[in-house]
Amino acid sequence: MAANKISLKRRAQLTLRDMKRSIPLYIMIAPFMLLFAVFVVYPVLKAIWYSFTDYNVLEKANFVGLRNYKRLFLDDSTFITAIKNTFIIAVMVGPGGYILSYLLAWMINELPHKVGTVLTVIFYAPSMAGTAVITVFAQIFSNDSNGYLNAILRNLGITQEAILWLSDSEYVIVVVILASLWMSMGVGFLSFVAGIKGVDEAQYEAGAIDGIRNRWQELWYITLPNMKPQLLFGAVMTITSSLSVGTIGDSLVGFPSPNYASHTIVNHLNDYGSIRMEMGYASAIAVILFLIMIICNMLIQKLLRKVGT
Amino acid sequence: METIKRLYQRHLIKKRSKNFKPTVKKSTRSFWGNVILGLFLLAMALLFFFPVIYMISQSLKPMNEMFIFPPRIIVSEPTLNNYRDFGNILANTVVPVTRSLYNSLFVVAIGSVGHIVIASLCAYPLAKYKFPGCRFFNQIIVYSLMFNATVTMIPNFLTIASLGMLDSQWAIIIPGFASTLGLYLMKNFMEQIPDSLMEAAQIDGAGYVRIHFTIVMPVVKPALVTAFILVFQAFWTNTGDKFIYTEARKGFAYVVGQLANGKISGVGSSYAGISAASAVIMFAVPLVVFLIMQNNVVSTMATSGMKE
Repeated sequence: MAANKISLKRRAQLTLRDMKRSIPLYIMIAPFMLLFAVFVVYPVLKAIWYSFTDYNVLEKANFVGLRNYKRLFLDDSTFITAIKNTFIIAVMVGPGGYILSYLLAWMINELPHKVGTVLTVIFYAPSMAGTAVITVFAQIFSNDSNGYLNAILRNLGITQEAILWLSDSEYVIVVVILASLWMSMGVGFLSFVAGIKGVDEAQYEAGAIDGIRNRWQELWYITLPNMKPQLLFGAVMTITSSLSVGTIGDSLVGFPSPNYASHTIVNHLNDYGSIRMEMGYASAIAVILFLIMIICNMLIQKLLRKVGT
Repeated sequence: METIKRLYQRHLIKKRSKNFKPTVKKSTRSFWGNVILGLFLLAMALLFFFPVIYMISQSLKPMNEMFIFPPRIIVSEPTLNNYRDFGNILANTVVPVTRSLYNSLFVVAIGSVGHIVIASLCAYPLAKYKFPGCRFFNQIIVYSLMFNATVTMIPNFLTIASLGMLDSQWAIIIPGFASTLGLYLMKNFMEQIPDSLMEAAQIDGAGYVRIHFTIVMPVVKPALVTAFILVFQAFWTNTGDKFIYTEARKGFAYVVGQLANGKISGVGSSYAGISAASAVIMFAVPLVVFLIMQNNVVSTMATSGMKE
C-alpha cells in the first residue's frame, strides 16, 4: 500500500517534470486544441448529454435516463432495419472502395507525373462535384426503359422489361451501393496517391537487389508496409463514409426510401434530428453510430497491423 | 505481337538515351503488365469521369436538346448560351456579384491558409513527440471524425451565437479552422519523417517551431497540398446560410445555389441549362486549384534529401 502511494507520488512528479519540459509543444498545439475543444468536443459532449434527455429544441431538456436507447432497440423496428441496411451498404462499399482506391492510386504512380496528375483529378472528380453528379445517377438508373442502365441491359438481352431501379424495394439498395462506390474515390484515395509518392526510392532499389522480381512483390513487401499511416487514414475515412451513407439515397430514391429498403442509420438520424426535431432521440442514434464506428475502427487497426508480414 | 513488343522496347531505349538521367533501378515491369494496367486504368477513368462529362455536356446543350430522352452525351449544336445567361443573371443581382465573390475569396483565403498553419502546428508535436496527454489528444482527434454533424449543429450554433460571430464571415472561418480532417491527414504523413532529421536540426540549435517550418512542412508537402484542397473545397462550397443573414455578406456558393434552384432566375424549367452551367463553374474552381497544386508536388521525399 505504502509503496504504491510513493510510486504514485513519484509518477506524478515525473509527469509534472515531463509536462514542464514539453511546454513549447503544448504552446504549439494550443491554438488548434482550443478551437477544437470549443467547436468540436463541446458540441459532441453536449449531444451525448442530449441523448439522455427528451430535448426537442423548443423546450428545456429533461433527463430521462436510458429511455431513448430502450426505445431505439425495443420499440423502433425501422431503426433495426436501418442498422441492417447500413451494414449491408458498408460491407459492400467500404472494402470495395478502399481496395479500389488503393489499386488505382498505385497504378497512377506507375505512370508519368503529368498523366498521373490528370488521372488523379478524374478519379476524384465525382467526389469533388458532390451533389451535382447525383442528377446524373438519376438518369443512369432511371426507371424508364430508355434509362441508360435499362437500355444497356435490354440491348445485351439480359432483361426484357425495364427494372424500376429507383422505386422497386428490391433494387434501391443496389442503386445506393453503386452510387456510393462511384463517389468513393475521396479523401482516402488522395492520401494514397500522396503517400505512394513519398515512399523512399532507395527501398525499391534495395528490394530489386534483394530479389524482388515483379511489381506485385514490390507492392506487398515495400510499398504497403511503407504506407501504414496512410492506410490507417484511409481506413478511418472509409469507415466514417461507408457507415454514414444516406444523402445519396435521399436524393436518388427519395426519403423515406420505398418500403425503407435503403433506409440507413444516418437517414433515421436526419429524420428525427431535422424533420421531427426530436433532438434527444436523434442524439441517441448518433451515439450508437459513433460506437459502431469506434468498434469497426479497432477491428480494422488490428487487421492493418498484419500488412506486409 | 512480337513486333509490338519489340517496338515498345525500342521506344523505351530511345526514350532512355534521349534524356538520360541516373534513375533508381526498380524491379522489372513486364510489357503485358503495363498493357493490362493501362487498359484497366483507361476503363476506370471513363467510368469515373462519366458523371462529370455528362454534367459538362448538359451545360453546353441548347434548350431543345436539354430534355431529349434518352439523354445524349454528344451535343449536336453546342452553345455557350447557358454560360452567357448565367453571366447575365449574375450581372443583375441586387447585391453585385463582385461583392459575393469577394466574400467567398475572403473566407477561402483566410480559412484555408489559417487552417493549414494552425492545424499543421498541432499535427507536428502530436505525430513526432511523446509528452503527457499526447495519446489522449491523438485518440479524440480520430474519434471526432466519427460523430454525426446533424446533432452537434444546435450546440454549435449556440456557441457561435454566444461568441457574437453570427451574421459575419467569422462564423464560417473560425469553426472551419477546427476541422480535424486536414490535421489528421497531415499528422499521419508527419509520422513517417525519420527522427534523425529532426535530431540533427535540434543539435544545430533550432527550436520546435523553426524545425516545423523549415524541415517538417517542406517534407510533407504532398499532405499539405491534399489538406489544402480539402479545406479549400469545404470553404468554397460552404453557403453559410445558417449563420449569415445579410445578403451582402453571403458568398458566391450561396448565390449560385439560389440560382440553380431557380430562386433568382425564377423561370421554371428554362433554368435547367443555367443550373448546369453554374454547377460546372462551381466545380471548375476547386478543380483548377487542384490541378495546379498537384502538378507542383513532385516526389518530395526524394527531392528534399530525406534519407535515413
